[in-house]
Parts: sequence; structure tokens; C-alpha cells
Amino acid sequence: MKLDVLYFAWVRERVGQSQETVDSNAKTAGDLVDELILRDAGYAAAFSDLSAICVAVDQELGDFTTPLKDCREVAFFPPMTGG
Amino acid sequence: MTVRVQEAPFDSAAEVSAFQLGVQNAGAVVTFTGVVRDDSGSLDHMIIEHYPAMTEVALHKFVHQAKEKFGLERALVIHRFGALRPGEAIMMVATAALHRKDAFAGADYLMDYLKSRAPFWKKEVSKDHTEWVASKVQDEDALAAWTAGTKSKT
Repeated sequence: MKLDVLYFAWVRERVGQSQETVDSNAKTAGDLVDELILRDAGYAAAFSDLSAICVAVDQELGDFTTPLKDCREVAFFPPMTGG
Repeated sequence: MTVRVQEAPFDSAAEVSAFQLGVQNAGAVVTFTGVVRDDSGSLDHMIIEHYPAMTEVALHKFVHQAKEKFGLERALVIHRFGALRPGEAIMMVATAALHRKDAFAGADYLMDYLKSRAPFWKKEVSKDHTEWVASKVQDEDALAAWTAGTKSKT
């Protein structure tokens, strides 16, 4: 399936881009990370500590076990610092 | 409009006046304005990044929850993104309720959710280095207290 994957803040900087469309077989957000880190060292660096990364699936906060069935957009980012 | 996400500066005094004019039957209006501070003395500016497709949806959800939980008559959230210099207003929250405790608690609740559940990220740019602002354990503790009910209507 085709997925839009978005990266924010230092995750974006390490990956080297803010958005891409990927062809994925991932069933969960965690599976998608496993696919991405095989691409190059930037992804591996971005996802080296998953406890420091948050996930949103179709703009709703989730986690690495969130299913990706029928979803269109997955975002990875550090803990949010609004306010 | 209860939620605004914008790059442009806003006039907090004018916003408070307009908010209060729209209040029908509230005895209390509480407002909070967050300002860029310069702890190190060397901050040039801060860059706030956000997730446009998610930000307004998340903020509307928090406003709706705060209205339900504290019986707020009105609530307003303004949050900026882009480059901001020390002393500039980053965001503001306003709440209106029959009594002050609900207005204060509603504003506090909104602030706690904005801090750690709204998709914004701050980067500090100083003369010699840049650094992403890390989230704080206390911010997660504050959210957990609302969920556990140890922080609630007083």
C-alpha cells in the first residue's frame, strides 16, 4: 500500500526530508519503522531510540502497535513541546 | 472562532477585550499568555514547527474537552508558529466560566494539554548553536494528574 510518511523536528532533520510517499507492507507503525531503518543511516539514527519518538496515524496520536490498515498518513516526531 | 494557529503576531490585550465582549453570562474570565524567554541570555530567536493537518483538530478537541469538563461558556486558544524573538507572545488561552475556579482550572487544563499533546516543536537558535527544546517529565505528570483525577475541579 502507498503511505504518506511525515517527519517533524529532529526526526525530520535526521531523516533528511519532511515528507515522502512509501510503498509499504507494514501492518503497524512499528513495522513501518522496521522497513524505514533499512533504507540508510539517517533513518537508523532517527529511529535509534523509539522511546523518544511519538507516532500519529491519520493525524491521531497512536503508538508503534497502531494498525495501519486503510490509513493514508503516518507521522513520526519527538515528544511535543507546545505552549 | 475558538482556535487559531497563525504565523503572525497577535495583540493579546485586544484579544482579551474581544473575548470578554463575547461573554454572555460568565462571572470570570481567565487569560494566559506564553512569552518567549531567554534563559541563557544568548537566544536570538525560537522556531516553532507544527503539523498543520493535525494541529487545529487537536486544539479543537482540547477546547471541547475543557468546555465539557469545567462548564466553560467560552474558550479561546491562539498558538503561533514560525520564528519568534525573545519577549514575543507565543500563544494565549482564554476561558470564561460562571465562577473563577472553573475558569482557572479550564485554562490550566488547556495549557497542560497544549504543552505535551499539541503537535508543536520548539527550536532555540542562539548565536553559536541551535537546540530542540526537550519535553519535561513534569509536563507528562501534569497530564497524568488530570487523567487520574488528582487534579480536577476544586
